[in-house]
Amino acid sequence: MTIEAKYGVPTIAMHTDKFDKVVESVARVNGMPGLRQVFVPQPIMGKTAAQLRAYVDGMNPLTGRPVMQEVVEGLTRPIADPDLGAIEFDRSTPRLVATDTAENLEQLFLENRWTDGLPIVLPTEARVAAMLAATRRKPEEVVGRMRSTHFREYWEYTVEKVAVNAVMAGARPAYFPVILALAATGVTARSSSSSAMAAMAVVNGPIRNEIGMNAGIGAMGPYNHANATIGRAYGLLSQNGQGGSVPGLSYMGNQGNSYAYNSVTFAENEERSPWTPFHTQHGRPATESSVSVFSGVRSTAFTLGLPAKHWRQHVEHMLRGMDPHGPPALLLDPIAARQFVDRGGFTTKELLIDWLYDTARMRASEYWDYQLIQNYIYPRATFGEEPWASKLKAAPDEMIPMFRREDIHVIVVGGESNGYWRIMGCNYQKTVSVDDWR
Amino acid sequence: MEKLTVLNPVGYAPKVTRKALAPRLSTLDGKTVYLVDCRFDDSDLFLAQMQAWLAEHMPGVRTVLKRISSVYLQDDPTTWEEIKARGHAAILGVGH
Repeated sequence: MTIEAKYGVPTIAMHTDKFDKVVESVARVNGMPGLRQVFVPQPIMGKTAAQLRAYVDGMNPLTGRPVMQEVVEGLTRPIADPDLGAIEFDRSTPRLVATDTAENLEQLFLENRWTDGLPIVLPTEARVAAMLAATRRKPEEVVGRMRSTHFREYWEYTVEKVAVNAVMAGARPAYFPVILALAATGVTARSSSSSAMAAMAVVNGPIRNEIGMNAGIGAMGPYNHANATIGRAYGLLSQNGQGGSVPGLSYMGNQGNSYAYNSVTFAENEERSPWTPFHTQHGRPATESSVSVFSGVRSTAFTLGLPAKHWRQHVEHMLRGMDPHGPPALLLDPIAARQFVDRGGFTTKELLIDWLYDTARMRASEYWDYQLIQNYIYPRATFGEEPWASKLKAAPDEMIPMFRREDIHVIVVGGESNGYWRIMGCNYQKTVSVDDWR
Repeated sequence: MEKLTVLNPVGYAPKVTRKALAPRLSTLDGKTVYLVDCRFDDSDLFLAQMQAWLAEHMPGVRTVLKRISSVYLQDDPTTWEEIKARGHAAILGVGH
Protein backbone atom coordinates (compact mmCIF):
# COMPACT_ATOMS: atom_id res chain seq x y z
CA MET A 1 0.00 0.00 0.00
CA THR A 2 2.89 2.34 0.77
CA ILE A 3 4.48 2.02 -2.64
CA GLU A 4 1.11 2.60 -4.33
CA ALA A 5 -0.12 5.55 -2.26
CA LYS A 6 3.10 7.28 -1.20
CA TYR A 7 5.36 6.59 -4.19
CA GLY A 8 2.73 6.56 -6.93
CA VAL A 9 3.82 3.26 -8.44
CA PRO A 10 1.01 1.12 -9.90
CA THR A 11 1.13 -2.06 -7.93
CA ILE A 12 -0.43 -5.51 -7.72
CA ALA A 13 -0.40 -7.34 -4.41
CA MET A 14 -0.27 -11.13 -4.66
CA HIS A 15 -1.84 -13.17 -1.86
CA THR A 16 -2.94 -16.69 -1.11
CA ASP A 17 -6.67 -17.27 -1.18
CA LYS A 18 -7.07 -18.07 2.53
CA PHE A 19 -6.36 -14.43 3.26
CA ASP A 20 -8.90 -12.80 0.97
CA LYS A 21 -11.10 -11.35 3.72
CA VAL A 22 -8.08 -10.22 5.72
CA VAL A 23 -6.43 -8.33 2.88
CA GLU A 24 -9.72 -6.80 1.75
CA SER A 25 -10.31 -5.58 5.29
CA VAL A 26 -6.76 -4.30 5.75
CA ALA A 27 -6.91 -2.41 2.45
CA ARG A 28 -10.24 -0.85 3.40
CA VAL A 29 -9.16 0.38 6.83
CA ASN A 30 -5.97 1.74 5.32
CA GLY A 31 -8.10 3.87 3.02
CA MET A 32 -7.54 1.87 -0.17
CA PRO A 33 -10.60 -0.34 -0.66
CA GLY A 34 -9.93 -0.51 -4.40
CA LEU A 35 -6.38 -1.82 -4.01
CA ARG A 36 -5.74 -4.33 -6.76
CA GLN A 37 -5.00 -7.76 -5.40
CA VAL A 38 -4.69 -11.14 -7.10
CA PHE A 39 -4.97 -14.49 -5.35
CA VAL A 40 -3.32 -17.85 -5.87
CA PRO A 41 -3.91 -21.07 -3.93
CA GLN A 42 -2.54 -21.61 -0.44
CA PRO A 43 0.19 -22.68 0.32
CA ILE A 44 3.26 -21.27 -1.42
CA MET A 45 5.64 -22.76 1.13
CA GLY A 46 7.16 -26.11 0.22
CA LYS A 47 5.85 -26.26 -3.34
CA THR A 48 8.07 -27.28 -6.25
CA ALA A 49 8.92 -24.93 -9.08
CA ALA A 50 6.50 -26.83 -11.32
CA GLN A 51 3.69 -26.52 -8.79
CA LEU A 52 4.31 -22.80 -8.41
CA ARG A 53 4.37 -22.41 -12.18
CA ALA A 54 0.99 -24.10 -12.26
CA TYR A 55 -0.29 -21.42 -9.88
CA VAL A 56 0.99 -18.74 -12.26
CA ASP A 57 -0.46 -20.48 -15.31
CA GLY A 58 -3.70 -21.24 -13.51
CA MET A 59 -6.78 -19.43 -12.29
CA ASN A 60 -7.41 -17.14 -9.36
CA PRO A 61 -9.32 -19.58 -7.13
CA LEU A 62 -11.63 -16.80 -5.97
CA THR A 63 -12.57 -15.28 -9.32
CA GLY A 64 -11.96 -18.18 -11.69
CA ARG A 65 -10.03 -15.88 -14.03
CA PRO A 66 -6.42 -16.40 -15.23
CA VAL A 67 -3.94 -15.15 -12.65
CA MET A 68 -1.63 -13.40 -15.08
CA GLN A 69 -4.52 -11.79 -16.95
CA GLU A 70 -5.64 -10.24 -13.67
CA VAL A 71 -2.08 -9.12 -12.93
CA VAL A 72 -1.64 -7.40 -16.29
CA GLU A 73 -5.12 -5.86 -16.16
CA GLY A 74 -4.52 -4.67 -12.61
CA LEU A 75 -1.50 -2.68 -13.74
CA THR A 76 -3.08 -1.28 -16.91
CA ARG A 77 -6.84 -0.86 -16.37
CA PRO A 78 -7.59 2.79 -15.59
CA ILE A 79 -8.58 3.69 -12.06
CA ALA A 80 -12.31 4.06 -11.50
CA ASP A 81 -13.56 7.38 -10.15
CA PRO A 82 -14.43 6.07 -6.65
CA ASP A 83 -10.80 5.18 -6.07
CA LEU A 84 -9.59 8.68 -6.89
CA GLY A 85 -11.48 10.77 -4.39
CA ALA A 86 -10.71 11.32 -0.72
CA ILE A 87 -13.48 10.36 1.68
CA GLU A 88 -13.70 9.48 5.34
CA PHE A 89 -15.33 6.44 6.90
CA ASP A 90 -17.64 6.74 9.88
CA ARG A 91 -16.31 4.30 12.47
CA SER A 92 -17.69 5.63 15.73
CA THR A 93 -18.39 3.27 18.64
CA PRO A 94 -21.52 3.98 20.70
CA ARG A 95 -21.15 3.92 24.47
CA LEU A 96 -24.27 1.86 25.08
CA VAL A 97 -25.89 -1.15 23.49
CA ALA A 98 -29.63 -0.94 22.75
CA THR A 99 -31.67 -1.88 25.83
CA ASP A 100 -32.92 -5.46 25.78
CA THR A 101 -33.48 -8.55 27.90
CA ALA A 102 -30.49 -10.32 29.43
CA GLU A 103 -31.05 -13.32 27.21
CA ASN A 104 -31.14 -11.24 24.03
CA LEU A 105 -28.11 -9.20 25.07
CA GLU A 106 -26.08 -12.32 25.80
CA GLN A 107 -26.99 -13.59 22.34
CA LEU A 108 -26.07 -10.24 20.79
CA PHE A 109 -22.65 -10.23 22.44
CA LEU A 110 -22.06 -13.76 21.20
CA GLU A 111 -23.19 -12.98 17.63
CA ASN A 112 -21.09 -9.81 17.54
CA ARG A 113 -18.07 -11.90 18.58
CA TRP A 114 -17.49 -9.72 21.62
CA THR A 115 -16.93 -12.80 23.81
CA ASP A 116 -14.63 -15.82 23.88
CA GLY A 117 -17.60 -18.10 23.30
CA LEU A 118 -18.19 -18.68 26.99
CA PRO A 119 -20.98 -17.02 29.00
CA ILE A 120 -20.19 -13.50 30.14
CA VAL A 121 -21.33 -11.16 32.90
CA LEU A 122 -23.36 -8.42 31.23
CA PRO A 123 -21.66 -5.04 31.69
CA THR A 124 -24.49 -3.05 33.21
CA GLU A 125 -23.84 0.54 34.20
CA ALA A 126 -23.86 -0.41 37.89
CA ARG A 127 -21.32 -3.19 37.46
CA VAL A 128 -19.05 -1.03 35.33
CA ALA A 129 -19.31 1.79 37.88
CA ALA A 130 -18.23 -0.59 40.64
CA MET A 131 -15.23 -1.63 38.56
CA LEU A 132 -14.33 1.98 37.85
CA ALA A 133 -14.38 2.74 41.59
CA ALA A 134 -11.32 0.52 42.00
CA THR A 135 -9.02 3.01 40.27
CA ARG A 136 -8.32 6.70 40.71
CA ARG A 137 -8.09 7.03 36.93
CA LYS A 138 -10.93 8.79 35.10
CA PRO A 139 -13.29 6.68 32.93
CA GLU A 140 -12.56 8.68 29.78
CA GLU A 141 -8.77 8.46 30.15
CA VAL A 142 -7.10 6.65 27.25
CA VAL A 143 -5.26 3.56 28.52
CA GLY A 144 -3.60 2.43 25.31
CA ARG A 145 -3.86 1.22 21.75
CA MET A 146 -3.77 -2.25 20.25
CA ARG A 147 -3.90 -3.94 16.88
CA SER A 148 -4.07 -7.59 15.89
CA THR A 149 -1.28 -7.51 13.31
CA HIS A 150 1.44 -5.26 12.02
CA PHE A 151 -0.64 -4.24 9.00
CA ARG A 152 -3.79 -3.32 10.85
CA GLU A 153 -4.58 0.06 12.33
CA TYR A 154 -4.34 0.75 16.05
CA TRP A 155 -7.60 1.07 17.97
CA GLU A 156 -7.81 3.02 21.21
CA TYR A 157 -9.52 2.19 24.50
CA THR A 158 -10.34 4.08 27.65
CA VAL A 159 -10.47 3.13 31.33
CA GLU A 160 -14.23 2.64 30.95
CA LYS A 161 -13.81 0.31 27.96
CA VAL A 162 -11.34 -1.80 29.95
CA ALA A 163 -13.82 -1.86 32.86
CA VAL A 164 -16.58 -3.11 30.55
CA ASN A 165 -14.41 -6.02 29.43
CA ALA A 166 -13.29 -6.73 32.99
CA VAL A 167 -16.92 -7.03 34.07
CA MET A 168 -17.66 -9.33 31.12
CA ALA A 169 -14.78 -11.60 32.19
CA GLY A 170 -16.22 -11.93 35.71
CA ALA A 171 -13.37 -10.05 37.36
CA ARG A 172 -13.78 -8.41 40.76
CA PRO A 173 -13.08 -4.68 41.14
CA ALA A 174 -10.02 -5.45 43.29
CA TYR A 175 -8.37 -6.98 40.22
CA PHE A 176 -8.97 -3.93 38.06
CA PRO A 177 -5.54 -2.25 38.47
CA VAL A 178 -3.87 -5.43 37.18
CA ILE A 179 -6.23 -5.53 34.20
CA LEU A 180 -5.61 -1.85 33.46
CA ALA A 181 -1.86 -2.48 33.60
CA LEU A 182 -2.28 -5.32 31.10
CA ALA A 183 -4.28 -2.99 28.85
CA ALA A 184 -1.56 -0.35 29.21
CA THR A 185 1.05 -2.71 27.78
CA GLY A 186 -0.53 -2.31 24.36
CA VAL A 187 0.45 -5.93 23.71
CA THR A 188 -2.50 -7.82 22.28
CA ALA A 189 -3.51 -11.17 23.67
CA ARG A 190 -5.38 -11.78 20.39
CA SER A 191 -2.67 -11.67 17.76
CA SER A 192 -3.84 -12.57 14.28
CA SER A 193 -0.60 -14.37 13.48
CA SER A 194 -1.19 -17.53 11.47
CA SER A 195 1.12 -19.22 13.99
CA ALA A 196 -1.75 -19.14 16.53
CA MET A 197 -0.05 -17.17 19.28
CA ALA A 198 -1.34 -16.72 22.79
CA ALA A 199 -0.07 -14.33 25.46
CA MET A 200 1.27 -14.99 28.96
CA ALA A 201 1.01 -12.64 31.95
CA VAL A 202 3.13 -12.89 35.10
CA VAL A 203 2.20 -10.84 38.16
CA ASN A 204 4.80 -9.83 40.77
CA GLY A 205 4.79 -7.83 43.98
CA PRO A 206 2.34 -7.26 46.84
CA ILE A 207 -0.79 -7.20 44.66
CA ARG A 208 -0.50 -10.97 44.23
CA ASN A 209 -1.40 -11.61 47.83
CA GLU A 210 -3.72 -8.61 48.20
CA ILE A 211 -6.11 -10.02 45.62
CA GLY A 212 -5.50 -13.69 46.35
CA MET A 213 -3.69 -14.72 43.19
CA ASN A 214 -2.31 -18.22 43.03
CA ALA A 215 1.41 -18.93 42.57
CA GLY A 216 1.26 -22.46 43.96
CA ILE A 217 -0.61 -25.68 43.16
CA GLY A 218 -2.68 -25.24 40.00
CA ALA A 219 -1.49 -21.66 39.40
CA MET A 220 -1.71 -22.00 35.61
CA GLY A 221 -4.95 -23.99 35.70
CA PRO A 222 -8.62 -23.13 36.31
CA TYR A 223 -8.36 -23.08 40.11
CA ASN A 224 -8.16 -19.45 41.14
CA HIS A 225 -10.70 -16.73 40.51
CA ALA A 226 -8.20 -13.88 40.17
CA ASN A 227 -5.82 -15.76 37.86
CA ALA A 228 -8.69 -16.99 35.71
CA THR A 229 -10.64 -13.78 35.32
CA ILE A 230 -7.69 -11.37 35.02
CA GLY A 231 -6.36 -13.49 32.18
CA ARG A 232 -9.78 -13.75 30.58
CA ALA A 233 -10.25 -9.99 30.86
CA TYR A 234 -6.89 -9.48 29.13
CA GLY A 235 -8.13 -11.55 26.20
CA LEU A 236 -11.52 -9.86 25.98
CA LEU A 237 -10.11 -6.34 26.25
CA SER A 238 -7.63 -7.24 23.54
CA GLN A 239 -10.15 -8.55 21.04
CA ASN A 240 -12.64 -5.77 21.68
CA GLY A 241 -10.13 -2.99 22.28
CA GLN A 242 -8.39 -3.67 18.97
CA GLY A 243 -11.65 -3.84 17.07
CA GLY A 244 -12.11 -7.58 16.73
CA SER A 245 -10.64 -11.06 16.54
CA VAL A 246 -12.76 -12.91 14.03
CA PRO A 247 -11.50 -16.08 12.32
CA GLY A 248 -10.86 -15.52 8.63
CA LEU A 249 -11.07 -11.75 9.00
CA SER A 250 -9.00 -10.46 11.89
CA TYR A 251 -7.75 -13.76 13.32
CA MET A 252 -5.77 -16.23 11.19
CA GLY A 253 -4.17 -18.58 13.74
CA ASN A 254 -4.25 -21.82 11.80
CA GLN A 255 -4.91 -24.16 14.73
CA GLY A 256 -5.98 -21.67 17.37
CA ASN A 257 -4.52 -21.84 20.86
CA SER A 258 -6.29 -22.94 24.04
CA TYR A 259 -3.81 -20.94 26.11
CA ALA A 260 -5.72 -17.90 24.84
CA TYR A 261 -8.72 -18.59 27.09
CA ASN A 262 -6.93 -16.91 29.98
CA SER A 263 -3.57 -15.95 28.49
CA VAL A 264 -1.57 -18.14 30.90
CA THR A 265 -1.99 -15.63 33.72
CA PHE A 266 -0.41 -16.39 37.10
CA ALA A 267 1.64 -14.97 39.94
CA GLU A 268 5.31 -15.76 40.40
CA ASN A 269 5.99 -17.78 43.56
CA GLU A 270 8.38 -15.20 45.00
CA GLU A 271 8.14 -16.60 48.53
CA ARG A 272 9.43 -20.05 47.52
CA SER A 273 11.83 -18.98 44.80
CA PRO A 274 15.58 -19.21 45.45
CA TRP A 275 16.08 -16.20 43.19
CA THR A 276 15.02 -12.57 42.78
CA PRO A 277 11.52 -11.90 41.39
CA PHE A 278 11.07 -11.57 37.64
CA HIS A 279 10.03 -7.91 37.70
CA THR A 280 13.21 -6.87 39.50
CA GLN A 281 15.20 -8.24 36.56
CA HIS A 282 13.39 -5.67 34.44
CA GLY A 283 14.09 -2.56 36.41
CA ARG A 284 11.22 -2.64 38.90
CA PRO A 285 11.67 -2.44 42.68
CA ALA A 286 10.71 -5.59 44.61
CA THR A 287 8.13 -3.61 46.56
CA GLU A 288 6.28 -2.57 43.42
CA SER A 289 3.40 -4.58 42.00
CA SER A 290 3.74 -5.17 38.29
CA VAL A 291 2.67 -7.38 35.46
CA SER A 292 4.92 -8.71 32.69
CA VAL A 293 3.57 -9.85 29.35
CA PHE A 294 4.88 -12.32 26.81
CA SER A 295 3.60 -12.90 23.29
CA GLY A 296 4.04 -15.77 20.89
CA VAL A 297 3.11 -18.43 23.44
CA ARG A 298 2.79 -21.66 21.48
CA SER A 299 5.21 -24.46 22.29
CA THR A 300 5.80 -26.30 25.53
CA ALA A 301 8.33 -28.89 26.66
CA PHE A 302 8.26 -30.51 30.09
CA THR A 303 10.10 -32.91 32.36
CA LEU A 304 10.39 -33.93 36.02
CA GLY A 305 13.25 -32.53 38.04
CA LEU A 306 16.94 -32.77 37.18
CA PRO A 307 18.24 -36.36 37.45
CA ALA A 308 21.83 -36.34 38.74
CA LYS A 309 23.49 -38.24 35.92
CA HIS A 310 22.24 -36.60 32.71
CA TRP A 311 20.38 -33.43 33.72
CA ARG A 312 22.49 -31.31 31.38
CA GLN A 313 21.62 -33.50 28.42
CA HIS A 314 17.93 -33.56 29.33
CA VAL A 315 17.75 -29.78 29.41
CA GLU A 316 19.79 -29.52 26.24
CA HIS A 317 17.37 -31.80 24.42
CA MET A 318 14.37 -29.86 25.68
CA LEU A 319 15.90 -26.63 24.42
CA ARG A 320 16.84 -28.29 21.16
CA GLY A 321 13.20 -29.23 20.66
CA MET A 322 12.06 -25.62 20.63
CA ASP A 323 11.65 -23.70 17.40
CA PRO A 324 14.61 -21.28 17.40
CA HIS A 325 12.20 -18.44 16.66
CA GLY A 326 10.38 -19.10 19.95
CA PRO A 327 12.87 -18.47 22.73
CA PRO A 328 12.52 -20.30 26.03
CA ALA A 329 10.94 -19.09 29.25
CA LEU A 330 11.58 -21.69 31.95
CA LEU A 331 8.58 -22.04 34.27
CA LEU A 332 10.07 -23.79 37.28
CA ASP A 333 8.33 -25.27 40.28
CA PRO A 334 10.33 -24.21 43.38
CA ILE A 335 11.59 -27.80 43.72
CA ALA A 336 13.02 -27.68 40.19
CA ALA A 337 14.41 -24.20 40.78
CA ARG A 338 16.32 -25.39 43.84
CA GLN A 339 17.59 -28.37 41.86
CA PHE A 340 19.08 -25.98 39.31
CA VAL A 341 20.83 -24.25 42.21
CA ASP A 342 22.04 -27.55 43.69
CA ARG A 343 23.04 -29.33 40.49
CA GLY A 344 24.47 -26.45 38.51
CA GLY A 345 25.42 -23.90 41.14
CA PHE A 346 23.11 -21.36 39.53
CA THR A 347 22.69 -19.10 42.52
CA THR A 348 21.05 -16.41 40.39
CA LYS A 349 18.65 -16.50 37.46
CA GLU A 350 21.31 -14.75 35.41
CA LEU A 351 23.78 -17.59 35.91
CA LEU A 352 21.18 -20.10 34.82
CA ILE A 353 20.33 -18.00 31.77
CA ASP A 354 24.03 -17.84 30.85
CA TRP A 355 24.18 -21.63 30.95
CA LEU A 356 20.98 -22.02 28.95
CA TYR A 357 22.32 -19.65 26.31
CA ASP A 358 25.56 -21.65 26.01
CA THR A 359 23.73 -24.96 26.01
CA ALA A 360 21.06 -24.24 23.40
CA ARG A 361 23.00 -24.72 20.18
CA MET A 362 22.48 -26.34 16.80
CA ARG A 363 24.33 -26.72 13.53
CA ALA A 364 24.28 -23.50 11.54
CA SER A 365 22.90 -25.16 8.41
CA GLU A 366 20.00 -26.58 10.39
CA TYR A 367 19.33 -23.26 12.12
CA TRP A 368 19.09 -21.32 8.87
CA ASP A 369 16.83 -23.96 7.37
CA TYR A 370 14.00 -23.33 9.85
CA GLN A 371 11.12 -21.64 8.01
CA LEU A 372 10.52 -19.00 10.69
CA ILE A 373 14.24 -18.20 10.74
CA GLN A 374 14.08 -17.81 6.97
CA ASN A 375 11.02 -15.56 7.25
CA TYR A 376 12.04 -13.32 10.12
CA ILE A 377 15.74 -13.66 10.92
CA TYR A 378 17.57 -14.39 7.68
CA PRO A 379 16.49 -11.11 6.03
CA ARG A 380 17.80 -9.16 9.02
CA ALA A 381 21.05 -11.15 9.02
CA THR A 382 21.70 -10.47 5.35
CA PHE A 383 21.52 -6.75 6.02
CA GLY A 384 24.06 -6.86 8.80
CA GLU A 385 21.91 -6.94 11.91
CA GLU A 386 23.68 -8.59 14.85
CA PRO A 387 23.93 -11.13 16.31
CA TRP A 388 22.46 -12.83 13.27
CA ALA A 389 24.92 -11.40 10.76
CA SER A 390 27.76 -13.12 12.63
CA LYS A 391 25.79 -16.36 12.81
CA LEU A 392 25.40 -16.21 9.06
CA LYS A 393 29.19 -16.40 8.71
CA ALA A 394 29.34 -19.71 10.60
CA ALA A 395 30.35 -22.85 8.72
CA PRO A 396 27.42 -25.24 8.04
CA ASP A 397 28.51 -27.67 10.77
CA GLU A 398 29.44 -25.04 13.35
CA MET A 399 27.27 -25.15 16.47
CA ILE A 400 25.67 -21.75 16.93
CA PRO A 401 23.38 -20.36 19.67
CA MET A 402 19.70 -20.95 18.99
CA PHE A 403 18.60 -17.87 20.89
CA ARG A 404 19.79 -14.46 22.00
CA ARG A 405 20.70 -14.39 25.69
CA GLU A 406 18.32 -11.51 26.38
CA ASP A 407 15.40 -13.55 25.03
CA ILE A 408 15.79 -16.35 27.62
CA HIS A 409 13.79 -16.04 30.85
CA VAL A 410 13.22 -17.88 34.12
CA ILE A 411 10.08 -17.68 36.30
CA VAL A 412 9.23 -19.67 39.41
CA VAL A 413 5.67 -20.98 39.72
CA GLY A 414 4.14 -24.04 41.31
CA GLY A 415 3.14 -25.55 44.63
CA GLU A 416 5.88 -28.15 45.22
CA SER A 417 3.56 -31.14 44.88
CA ASN A 418 6.38 -32.36 42.65
CA GLY A 419 9.35 -31.02 40.71
CA TYR A 420 7.74 -30.92 37.27
CA TRP A 421 8.73 -27.95 35.17
CA ARG A 422 8.27 -26.76 31.65
CA ILE A 423 9.70 -24.54 28.97
CA MET A 424 7.29 -22.16 27.30
CA GLY A 425 8.38 -20.88 23.89
CA CYS A 426 7.48 -17.18 23.92
CA ASN A 427 8.71 -13.61 23.54
CA TYR A 428 8.99 -11.25 26.51
CA GLN A 429 7.47 -7.88 25.67
CA LYS A 430 7.37 -5.56 28.68
CA THR A 431 6.74 -5.06 32.39
CA VAL A 432 4.20 -2.46 33.51
CA SER A 433 3.50 -1.08 36.97
CA VAL A 434 0.19 -2.12 38.52
CA ASP A 435 0.52 0.55 41.20
CA ASP A 436 0.25 3.27 38.54
CA TRP A 437 -3.27 2.04 37.80
CA ARG A 438 -4.63 1.75 41.32
CA MET B 1 -39.21 -9.51 31.25
CA GLU B 2 -36.79 -6.92 32.68
CA LYS B 3 -34.74 -4.99 30.19
CA LEU B 4 -31.14 -3.97 30.78
CA THR B 5 -28.88 -1.24 29.55
CA VAL B 6 -25.32 -2.39 29.06
CA LEU B 7 -22.13 -0.83 27.76
CA ASN B 8 -20.47 -1.54 24.44
CA PRO B 9 -17.07 -3.26 24.92
CA VAL B 10 -15.55 -2.26 21.58
CA GLY B 11 -12.69 0.25 21.39
CA TYR B 12 -12.42 3.32 19.23
CA ALA B 13 -11.31 3.01 15.62
CA PRO B 14 -9.01 5.57 14.02
CA LYS B 15 -10.44 7.78 11.34
CA VAL B 16 -9.82 6.40 7.87
CA THR B 17 -9.03 8.68 4.98
CA ARG B 18 -9.18 7.21 1.53
CA LYS B 19 -5.94 7.29 -0.42
CA ALA B 20 -5.88 7.45 -4.19
CA LEU B 21 -4.39 4.61 -6.19
CA ALA B 22 -1.51 5.35 -8.55
CA PRO B 23 -2.39 6.02 -12.20
CA ARG B 24 -2.23 2.89 -14.32
CA LEU B 25 0.00 2.31 -17.33
CA SER B 26 -1.47 2.21 -20.84
CA THR B 27 0.69 -0.83 -21.60
CA LEU B 28 3.42 -2.89 -19.97
CA ASP B 29 5.32 -3.21 -23.23
CA GLY B 30 8.69 -1.51 -22.92
CA LYS B 31 8.18 -0.94 -19.22
CA THR B 32 10.13 -2.21 -16.19
CA VAL B 33 8.13 -4.22 -13.70
CA TYR B 34 9.63 -4.97 -10.30
CA LEU B 35 8.71 -8.30 -8.76
CA VAL B 36 9.16 -7.58 -5.06
CA ASP B 37 9.89 -10.54 -2.82
CA CYS B 38 8.51 -9.96 0.67
CA ARG B 39 10.73 -12.80 1.94
CA PHE B 40 8.01 -14.89 3.47
CA ASP B 41 7.34 -18.61 2.97
CA ASP B 42 9.21 -19.14 -0.34
CA SER B 43 7.80 -16.03 -2.01
CA ASP B 44 10.98 -15.71 -4.06
CA LEU B 45 10.39 -19.07 -5.72
CA PHE B 46 6.88 -18.07 -6.69
CA LEU B 47 7.93 -14.70 -8.08
CA ALA B 48 10.66 -16.41 -10.12
CA GLN B 49 7.89 -18.36 -11.84
CA MET B 50 5.98 -15.14 -12.52
CA GLN B 51 9.15 -13.67 -13.96
CA ALA B 52 9.54 -16.70 -16.23
CA TRP B 53 5.93 -16.36 -17.40
CA LEU B 54 6.44 -12.72 -18.29
CA ALA B 55 9.64 -13.53 -20.19
CA GLU B 56 7.81 -16.16 -22.25
CA HIS B 57 4.51 -14.43 -22.85
CA MET B 58 5.39 -10.72 -22.71
CA PRO B 59 9.04 -10.42 -23.84
CA GLY B 60 8.65 -6.67 -24.21
CA VAL B 61 8.39 -6.32 -20.45
CA ARG B 62 11.63 -5.91 -18.52
CA THR B 63 11.46 -7.52 -15.09
CA VAL B 64 13.57 -7.10 -11.97
CA LEU B 65 13.27 -9.59 -9.13
CA LYS B 66 13.98 -7.56 -5.99
CA ARG B 67 14.09 -8.67 -2.37
CA ILE B 68 12.95 -6.23 0.29
CA SER B 69 15.76 -5.04 2.52
CA SER B 70 14.67 -6.81 5.68
CA VAL B 71 11.58 -8.55 7.03
CA TYR B 72 8.15 -7.64 5.67
CA LEU B 73 7.21 -6.13 9.03
CA GLN B 74 9.48 -3.14 8.35
CA ASP B 75 8.94 -0.33 5.88
CA ASP B 76 11.55 -0.33 3.12
CA PRO B 77 11.91 3.17 1.67
CA THR B 78 15.23 2.29 -0.02
CA THR B 79 13.53 -0.33 -2.17
CA TRP B 80 10.46 1.84 -2.84
CA GLU B 81 12.73 4.71 -3.94
CA GLU B 82 14.59 2.41 -6.29
CA ILE B 83 11.38 1.16 -7.87
CA LYS B 84 10.06 4.71 -8.19
CA ALA B 85 13.29 5.81 -9.89
CA ARG B 86 13.96 2.83 -12.13
CA GLY B 87 10.66 1.04 -12.57
CA HIS B 88 7.18 1.66 -13.87
CA ALA B 89 5.13 -0.88 -11.92
CA ALA B 90 5.44 -3.40 -9.12
CA ILE B 91 4.11 -6.82 -8.20
CA LEU B 92 4.44 -7.57 -4.48
CA GLY B 93 4.24 -11.10 -3.19
CA VAL B 94 3.33 -13.15 -1.56
CA GLY B 95 1.13 -11.79 1.19
CA HIS B 96 -0.55 -14.09 3.63
